[in-house]
Amino acid sequence: MLDNTQVERLEAEAVNSAKTRQPLYAARKKIFPKRASGNFRRFKWLVMAITLGIYYLTPWLRWDRGPFAPDQAVLLDLANRRFYFFFIEIWPQEFYYVAGLLVMAGVGLFLITSTVGRAWCGYTCPQTVWVDLFLVVERAIEGDRNARMKLDAGPWTVRKLVLRVSKHAIWLVIGAATGGAWIFYFADAPTLVVELFTGTAAPVAYITVAVLTATTYTFGGLMREQVCTYMCPWPRIQAAMLDENSLTVTYNDWRGEPRSRHAKKVLAAGQPVGDCVDCNACVAVCPMGIDIRDGQQLECITCALCIDACDGVMDKLGRERGLISYATLSDYNANMTLATAGGSSSVNPSLVRAADGTFSDKVAHFHIRKIFRPRTYVYMAMWSLIGLGLLYSLLTRDRLEVNVLHDRNPQFVTLSDGSIRNGYTVKLLNMIPEPRTIVVTIQGLQGAEMSVVGIDLPVGRSVPISVEPDRLKMLKVFVRQPAGQIQGTAQTFKFRVEDKASFESDEYTATFNAPEIAR
Amino acid sequence: MSNEHIDEVTGVSTTGHEWDGIRELNNPLPRWWIITFYITIVWAIGYTIAYPAWPMLTSATKGVLGYSSRNDVGNELAAAEVAKGKYVAAIQSKTVSEIASDDALREFAIAAGGAAFKVNCVQCHGSGAQGSKGFPNLNDDDWLWGGKAEQIQQTITHGIRFASDTDTRVSEMPAFGDVITADQVQQVSAYVASLSGTVSDQALVAPGAKVFAENCVACHGDNAKGNKELGAPDLTDAIWLYGPGETAIAAQVRAPKHGVMPAWGARLGETKVKELAVYVHSLGGGE
Repeated sequence: MLDNTQVERLEAEAVNSAKTRQPLYAARKKIFPKRASGNFRRFKWLVMAITLGIYYLTPWLRWDRGPFAPDQAVLLDLANRRFYFFFIEIWPQEFYYVAGLLVMAGVGLFLITSTVGRAWCGYTCPQTVWVDLFLVVERAIEGDRNARMKLDAGPWTVRKLVLRVSKHAIWLVIGAATGGAWIFYFADAPTLVVELFTGTAAPVAYITVAVLTATTYTFGGLMREQVCTYMCPWPRIQAAMLDENSLTVTYNDWRGEPRSRHAKKVLAAGQPVGDCVDCNACVAVCPMGIDIRDGQQLECITCALCIDACDGVMDKLGRERGLISYATLSDYNANMTLATAGGSSSVNPSLVRAADGTFSDKVAHFHIRKIFRPRTYVYMAMWSLIGLGLLYSLLTRDRLEVNVLHDRNPQFVTLSDGSIRNGYTVKLLNMIPEPRTIVVTIQGLQGAEMSVVGIDLPVGRSVPISVEPDRLKMLKVFVRQPAGQIQGTAQTFKFRVEDKASFESDEYTATFNAPEIAR
Repeated sequence: MSNEHIDEVTGVSTTGHEWDGIRELNNPLPRWWIITFYITIVWAIGYTIAYPAWPMLTSATKGVLGYSSRNDVGNELAAAEVAKGKYVAAIQSKTVSEIASDDALREFAIAAGGAAFKVNCVQCHGSGAQGSKGFPNLNDDDWLWGGKAEQIQQTITHGIRFASDTDTRVSEMPAFGDVITADQVQQVSAYVASLSGTVSDQALVAPGAKVFAENCVACHGDNAKGNKELGAPDLTDAIWLYGPGETAIAAQVRAPKHGVMPAWGARLGETKVKELAVYVHSLGGGE
């Protein structure tokens, strides 16, 4: 028998041990991003102007398609199930073009991300653009970072109330304008805008505006970085697309560390000191509220504002820009190896500098060559192939189609002279916004003739049918074959449709059924 | 609770409930969850006041908004009737031929007639109107009583051999088994079969023609092409209501069967009958 104390105690702890368990919910820490200025900020203003411009102006562009189609350049006509994009008109059955575009967008994202990191997140994502816009309003009303922090911490006064109410009111107006612009893509914009303000638009228009106002206001004004961190799957996916040659926003600790606010004192004590003065400018401007000096992290949307902030500080200190910069992991690792003398010591910035204080020749800098590597070639090739395929298919696609449904009940009918008749529903698709005359012909099926419901005369083997612009015409066609010429219980033949004016044509192979003993 | 008890292991306060030394930890639900829960309760109370909800002895409470799903359906049906109104009015005022020659009206009548057909006619004529033995196929071009739209309308309105309609179509072929000999039955059957195909014994055809001339031409005509006035079928074609071949023909000569079709005019109304006539006429055999 063992004594209690003799039982071996194992070093084990439950992964979710109550002692160390963290709460699953953490209250949001407020972020007050400081206004940044610099090249990337200017670039972001530009991107913001372009993307917002595209969003708001596109529905107002006109494109003449003749009298039988709407003249809105981009229109998703859900009621009539047509999609217009400048010179392209897409019918529901051609939705694969949209699917193809989405695949291209996906592969394009792979390409961009593997090259310049999360550029989509940092510059063009609607969440980023709208949060930027909302921050412009916030700064204009409440002031920059310090003023806003003071206002937030202070008691509720009339001034605070006025500022807050006006800020949220303007946010709501922006939200309404966002939702308002969205619906113009789905109906004729000039007509809808009048209806919208005279209260005669469809309820779905008002509901859509209300929903999008609420989401824009909530996501852009209230939730902001939480959308990126908690709601969006993109950061998780994009992280998998980065490799050691992708450009990401990087804190170059090989020249920045050891950071110090009192460089002169430290130097005087004979210790190494890096370029980072620990001013926290990079943290203050960050719209995600993170510290890039902690390394690449999920929350970072690579908006590059910390680069602007840091460059400004480096300029003031008379040091080289680029303490925070777009860099690849391979360059960074090479420079770290240099700065740590092969990993044998902590970072010593003097190791990356030559005697005159400039960077040593061994410091790796980004070279444009790194963009061209097998991975990006493959992405580029995929993207181009899909794009060319779509383009080819778009340029050569049929604007005339025929679909045929064979009657199932009854499959065939014996007529009084012993001949056999089959019924078909023939659908003619005139996919251009012009009226056309389409000639329907049967090919094969010896001796057979057609008759069409609604056309009294016997039509023989060929009949011209007029089809309205941009419409489907449904015909009930009976095909009759004399008794003596029937060959088998299931013969195949073709319905051929042709536009004699444009020489466009299409064919459909149909089956003609007959009883086993056809007399 | 004055003396709050904290569980030692978890550091969580307890509810004060204790069973044999086991205490219940107090881990309250998140506030947002509780608030949502209370909101749903308030909502539910308001809902049961506004809408029909509580079952009473004979019916449920009506709700102050006066909503009723039955009324909803009624309104929708009324709206559908109004939407159909202009077509129905046109169908009422026009003849079936006029309806059949107007594209929009024909399309409407075929849809409406097709629906009515599936309710009233498929029991005998089949779901595809293809008929069966004793029940005519309406897709083909062989018509006992005429295949013009007006004739079809007449047939549907008054029926066939339907005693309670005075305008019904009537004809009756005598049971020739009592009139001619069994041999003559065989002969005339062979003759009739020979008009559209081959027969077992060619020698029967000539005497059969004689029997036919003596007994049958009055209704079926000299050339056996039938007579639509009398509903006498064409005996020279490929379509046989009671089956092809000498045996089937002989059975029909000896003791003919006579199909009955009810009169639908009084039951369905003139408009519905017109729609049905246009539909049947459109099946492919209309004249």
